[in-house]
Amino acid sequence: MEEVGANGRPGTVYFFGTCLVDLFFPEAGLAGIELLRREGLRVVYPQAQTCCGQPAFNCGYRDEALSVARAQVALFPEPWPVVVPSGSCAGMIRTHYPELFAGEPDEAAARGLAGRVHELTEFLVDVLHVSLVDRGEPVKVTWHASCHAMREAGVAAQPKALLAQLANVELVPLGRERECCGFGGTFSVREPEISAAMVEDKAADVAATGAALVLSGDGGCLLNVGGALERQGSRARPRHVAEFLLERTRGR
Amino acid sequence: MREGAREAILGRLRAARRGEDGAAPSDFAVVREKRWPEAERLPRLRRLMEAAHAEFLEATGESWPSAVRDLLVEAGARNVMVGAGSAVEARLAEAWSGLPGGPELLRYDRPVEELKGVLFGSVDAGLTTCEGGLAETGSLVVVPTPEEPRLLSLVPPIHLVLLDPATVRDGLWQLLAEPRFANGMPPNALLISGPSKTADIEQTLAYGVHGPKRLVVVVVPGGATPSRGS
Amino acid sequence: MGADGAPPPGAGAHGFRARATAALGDPQVRANFRRAMDGLMAKRAALFADPAEWRAMRALGASIRARTLARLPELLERLEERCRANGIEVHWAETTAEANEVVLDLLRARGATRVVKGKSMVSEEMHLNDFLEAHGVESLESDLGEYVIQLDGETPSHIIMPAIHKDRQQIARLFGRKIRDAAYSEDVDELTATARRVLRRKFEEADAGISGVNCAVAETGTLVLIENEGNGRMSTHVPPLHVALMGLEKVVERLEDVPPLLSLLTRSATGQLVTTYVNMISGPRSPGEKDGPREVHLVVLDNGRSRIYEDEELAVTLRCIRCGACMNHCPVYTRVGGHAYDAVYPGPIGKVLTPQMEGVDRRHELPHASSLCGACAEVCPVEIPITRLLVRLRAEASTRRVGSTVLGAGGARSGGEALSWRLWKRAFGSPGAYRLVSWLATRLGRLPVPRLGPLRAWTSVRTAPRPARRSLHELAREKGVPDA
Ligand code: SF4
Repeated sequence: MEEVGANGRPGTVYFFGTCLVDLFFPEAGLAGIELLRREGLRVVYPQAQTCCGQPAFNCGYRDEALSVARAQVALFPEPWPVVVPSGSCAGMIRTHYPELFAGEPDEAAARGLAGRVHELTEFLVDVLHVSLVDRGEPVKVTWHASCHAMREAGVAAQPKALLAQLANVELVPLGRERECCGFGGTFSVREPEISAAMVEDKAADVAATGAALVLSGDGGCLLNVGGALERQGSRARPRHVAEFLLERTRGR
Repeated sequence: MREGAREAILGRLRAARRGEDGAAPSDFAVVREKRWPEAERLPRLRRLMEAAHAEFLEATGESWPSAVRDLLVEAGARNVMVGAGSAVEARLAEAWSGLPGGPELLRYDRPVEELKGVLFGSVDAGLTTCEGGLAETGSLVVVPTPEEPRLLSLVPPIHLVLLDPATVRDGLWQLLAEPRFANGMPPNALLISGPSKTADIEQTLAYGVHGPKRLVVVVVPGGATPSRGS
Repeated sequence: MGADGAPPPGAGAHGFRARATAALGDPQVRANFRRAMDGLMAKRAALFADPAEWRAMRALGASIRARTLARLPELLERLEERCRANGIEVHWAETTAEANEVVLDLLRARGATRVVKGKSMVSEEMHLNDFLEAHGVESLESDLGEYVIQLDGETPSHIIMPAIHKDRQQIARLFGRKIRDAAYSEDVDELTATARRVLRRKFEEADAGISGVNCAVAETGTLVLIENEGNGRMSTHVPPLHVALMGLEKVVERLEDVPPLLSLLTRSATGQLVTTYVNMISGPRSPGEKDGPREVHLVVLDNGRSRIYEDEELAVTLRCIRCGACMNHCPVYTRVGGHAYDAVYPGPIGKVLTPQMEGVDRRHELPHASSLCGACAEVCPVEIPITRLLVRLRAEASTRRVGSTVLGAGGARSGGEALSWRLWKRAFGSPGAYRLVSWLATRLGRLPVPRLGPLRAWTSVRTAPRPARRSLHELAREKGVPDA
């Protein structure tokens, strides 16, 4: 890694915001950037970025996915780490870019990118070893583990480790935590009845925790679970973990 | 047509064969290392088998015929069938001779075709030996022979098995590596880990669905018929 | 989301969505499955409590199956040779129709008219019972769950627990209706005793037994069958003729491959360290033996497997040891149950296997009926990357790739869907177009829009998603976050 500062930290990182964060949770993206900046990092946000290509890839439209993915690969030429506020998109780049680009002229670049992509909480914990000081009022939250964060990106312990650093935050375990919320991208509209049954159960499990907030690191899950909570008239609100972490620790 | 099927299938498979990729030898360390000190094997086997509803009877080379007899009387069994010509048969016949009442000793002495009616209709218990046990899974290793036919351990509602604790091994992997099996499998070899059971109705366990309702392991240190060389 | 969301043409051909919706509307089905799957997941987890042991066992299981597949044709030939040496006749069938004929010929040549069956998913592929009944042979399922569904004219809803969709009241009513002299009872022990009474007589009288095979050992010519009930042993040991059916992928190389696979299978399937019976058959009744079948025959069925084998990526489908863990852990299966799939193999592995056997053109709705959550692949004891195969089959269904060996490839192409993705590519493939799209979304996205297509589906149980007022791109520019 270039520009590695003292204690093994990189000096500059790229931020890949993802399309869902861009359009639906920009504050979470900004919070992610701020969390990195206040650790002394220079954060670069290439303005030409759009989407990792996952929606088309998962639907079996590889050519379309490749052409959108290709446009991203070109935007991160420096060997800096690329931080993504989504386990799903980080998993897409890390796990699936190498096969998507197999045999393509830019395969090496895609593999290079795949090798330096980090989900945000993973980066904060495993690379930056951040320590957080809670400045908020006592609050009860629960954690929704996104399937792709857990299973594609391998991120499960890190967000909880961050939350555990916050003294006034009580993390209530979510029932059936490892079960999918039913989002699944196009699945939610192709099989709306099944998706609905899944998210209704998930929202009920969230409500049962009595938590004020359901936190997650993935925008798709937040839209899905949040929408169902709102429809059910639940008091629990969805919040992206980046936004929550920044709120709790602001003013340090 | 069938010969054609064989060639067509194998032909397609051969054509698609992708060299020796993926044909690397497997690392069996995780199963090879599953071992238990000798003193722990029987207790483990017993714990696991009891959890599967098997019953245990402790006896000695001397006492087991009377222990078996008491159990059968208590169970209301009218009879018990053993393999004809087996050492067990001789031992029971001798030990029970002259005793009044008690279960009748039946012999599996004919081909099943001539015995089916009795076997399915009126035999209350079957008694067999076993080759040993497996500590890993809590199983008995039963190898039917001409003297001890296959159905003795299956059809009667009660199955009694004589087990010498010294013959309890580690697991199936270790067992199958023994020359006895590795050098040629018998026509039938079985692991039996409890009485017949089902959970097909609402996941609720019920015993004795087709095979024995009761499996009784008679533990006989030193073996039931020492002459057999255990 | 870029797809138009409407089901592509043909999605209703097998009506997965309609059947799934019906199942979702049946609180009893949902409750039965949820309760059963929760129990099975807990039991499995208890037996894989040590993560290091699980990883090592799973890697071993995957390696055994990978090695088997790498040498598949040789191993099948070796198996045939060893079986013949042991006195087991081997027959080959390319199609289920051929396999049915093989079985019928064997029965007819011996005048057999009464058959008892052990559980066999391959026989379900063959619809063997219907075939035999149509040819004057009584073919009776003897596994309790299979017996129950045969009595009710149904098909299995789970590959391990075929009657899992039924509760005891339903079974009690069924027995009362169909079994002479059966006193009505909802007691599981009494219901079991009733089945025992009926089936013992059938075992005694049967002319032939038919079973499946959990694995067949090439090195020794051994057929391995596992079960808890004893009906498998009854079927394979009591009648004079035993016919075993196996999919050609069920072979393994050596005896030492068997124990780890069985351990993975029973622990994954039902959370058992071992089943009640492990039955290793290496020949018919030998001279001097007083029982056991006089003849043992093995039917090796292809039914599309060799075609699956041709594709390097999809060939891993054939690693499957049919443990059912993927369905036990599937959030979709848990909610809709097995019958919604209208397939011999339901659940995640069914979504991979069925389209390959029946055609991705006809069954393309199955690979799409997944949120790709990956719970299946995570528990698969032989490391089948199920989600990856689902994505691959989605692609095969919509695009005819040169050299594809997948049955029905490209046959489910939908012009509307393809157009949607082309538009998506335009929108997300260039910064300029994306700027426009995101500007429109953030500026107009909060306006009320008619709830049609995907939005209607989405808002059935959720509020409509509301785009932010300004995108992260804009906010980042504003905050002076550098672009390079
Ligand atoms: S795919 Fe894997 S988990 Fe599913 S039945 Fe087959 S072996 Fe079991």
